[in-house]
Amino acid sequence: MSRAVVIKAKPKWQLVNLRELFSFRELFYVFSWRDLKVRYKQTVLGAIWAILQPLFQTFIFTLFFGKIAMIPSGNLPYSLFVLIGLVFWGFFSNALTQSTNSLIENEGILKKVYFPRLILPLSKVVTTFVDFLISFILLIVVSFYLGYHPNPLVFFIVPIGVIITAVGASGAGLLLSAFNVKYRDVRHVLPFFIQMIIFLTPVIYPTTIMRPSFRSLMALNPMTGIIDATRVVFSGGTNVSWNILGISALSSLVIFFVGLYYFRSTERFFADIA
Amino acid sequence: MRNVIEVTNISKKYKYGETKPYYTLRESILEFVSNPIKRIRGNSVLRKDEFWALKDVSFKVEEGQVLGVIGANGSGKSTLLKILSRITPPTKGEAKLLGRVASLLEVGTGFNQELTGRENIFLNGAILGMTQKEIKAKFDEIVDFSGVEKFLDTPVKRYSSGMYVRLAFAVAAHLNPEILLVDEVLAVGDNEFQKRSLNRMRQMVGEGRTVVFVSHNLNMVKAICNTGLFLLDGKNAMCGPVDKAISEYSKSNGVLPNFSNLTRVVSNASIDDNFKLINIRVYQGEKTLGPFYSDKSTYISIEFEVRKPIENLRLYIDVLDTAENLIFRSFNDMQSKSPSRYKPGRYLSTVEIFKDTFSPKDYIISVGVGIYNVRSFLRQNVRIPISVLWGGSLNIAYPNDTIRGLLSPNFTWITKDV
Repeated sequence: MSRAVVIKAKPKWQLVNLRELFSFRELFYVFSWRDLKVRYKQTVLGAIWAILQPLFQTFIFTLFFGKIAMIPSGNLPYSLFVLIGLVFWGFFSNALTQSTNSLIENEGILKKVYFPRLILPLSKVVTTFVDFLISFILLIVVSFYLGYHPNPLVFFIVPIGVIITAVGASGAGLLLSAFNVKYRDVRHVLPFFIQMIIFLTPVIYPTTIMRPSFRSLMALNPMTGIIDATRVVFSGGTNVSWNILGISALSSLVIFFVGLYYFRSTERFFADIA
Repeated sequence: MRNVIEVTNISKKYKYGETKPYYTLRESILEFVSNPIKRIRGNSVLRKDEFWALKDVSFKVEEGQVLGVIGANGSGKSTLLKILSRITPPTKGEAKLLGRVASLLEVGTGFNQELTGRENIFLNGAILGMTQKEIKAKFDEIVDFSGVEKFLDTPVKRYSSGMYVRLAFAVAAHLNPEILLVDEVLAVGDNEFQKRSLNRMRQMVGEGRTVVFVSHNLNMVKAICNTGLFLLDGKNAMCGPVDKAISEYSKSNGVLPNFSNLTRVVSNASIDDNFKLINIRVYQGEKTLGPFYSDKSTYISIEFEVRKPIENLRLYIDVLDTAENLIFRSFNDMQSKSPSRYKPGRYLSTVEIFKDTFSPKDYIISVGVGIYNVRSFLRQNVRIPISVLWGGSLNIAYPNDTIRGLLSPNFTWITKDV
């Protein structure tokens, strides 16, 4: 007999059962694989959409904010400047939206089979990461096309940025997905919420136009440090503001653990209330 | 044999009237504000809008035992299975399961309409707890069993519902856990496929696996299980040999109307004082009101009182299937063993339905009294639903009741060299 399962009204609580999570790793892959497969079924352009979306956005934003509103973009042309913002922002907002909806989308499975519930929202972050990779390739191409060669520091900054974004989006996604099971209001609020925070994130404008006191407040948004730092290295510079990046990293960790805590303390009742 | 499942005082509390599947934020805030006491009170206190779906249920299952969980709707069968499957936590109590557990609460859990049959085999298999390696190893068997080989690379949304269900069952049928928890998922597909799935189920059971099987179908429970757990209103009413559990269940309710109800129907049935129905009994041997087995004669006795002389009085029974089709009718004057003129007095008329007449199915016995083409003595016929179980040794050639007709007479066959 390989293992014993003990079912109790109040089992010993632990923040995360890594061993169990590991034993369900295949299901994690399978869920990610399913989402990737399904995403672009019956579309003509398929995964090309992962390139077209940021491309269109870049075009529109460059036109309105760069050319008409004349928002400054530092050392970079506005198009490259905004594309960097959009690539990371797209990753964050897609990961957040999809993980938030992951539990109610899979309600049928939730009510019929046991598995660590964490798998669902987390696998969504992985699938949106694939889209991020595609759009990041676009970013590289555009950057070289416009004659900008990133500083080698890019090999450090971008992976760090990906981790911070993934951790922050997972945390917020865990919190909101658990909330969404109980309160379907979340589904209606989320689009507004995401629209709102894009303006609190330096996607279309540089942080330099902010008052310094407000800048440190903005650093609490994990995306601020990442986008800022990436822009610096893409313009060939090295003067990354490590303080702000550090605050972003810390704040994404805090979000992650808050989300994880709430998720883990409510997950047992998902099947009852979903 | 050691116990591989031990359930101790499992209880589960639910709320009444939760018609909405989810809360809105506004409701929760209102509830929180208006009901602070709830937060302080413990788990074992029942508020007036709550009920116990399961209450202090304890039982043990030994290795290799096949436990059938039976009981009326709402008796807690599914809740018990959900708790054992770890889908929902118990409010109180503890359960221990030793070994690799797979639960099968429906077929085709997680099937994705957009994906092909092939892809869904891997998806569904993983959700049910198979490793990708296991699925690969059994892939051909699964495809073979499902019979949808030609459509393997077609999205399942283009499948007929029969193909869909067959594929879904095929994946489930190749699970290989040490402990299998199954809800009534077998009754799927057409007759031919049902037969195959039941055989497969019996095969899985035969491999020494420990199984908990929840079902309404007593014949299936009897065919597959060796022990029975009978739940009554969320409590363990009886746990023991499957025949005993089934007979307890049959006696209690659901399968048969209880006696008090029948008595009331009988006493209100007569139209006037000329004829008074006193009692109706349906029985086999000593037992009244079941359980009934197909290999025993079933008796229906009708006790009545005649107050004024009646000519040409006729009693009859109609045997109907559950779809209300008349299977046969039998009159008490068919063999002239009953008087045609009744003087005032009490009478008892008994009909024997020979053994090996009924199939293991549900029937309705409808009792009527009248004078042919003239009048009826009852406001309406007295209807008694009965459930017949397969009696005698299990015939491996016909494991599934759906392939039998409405009746199963035991005709004589002789085959000779000529």
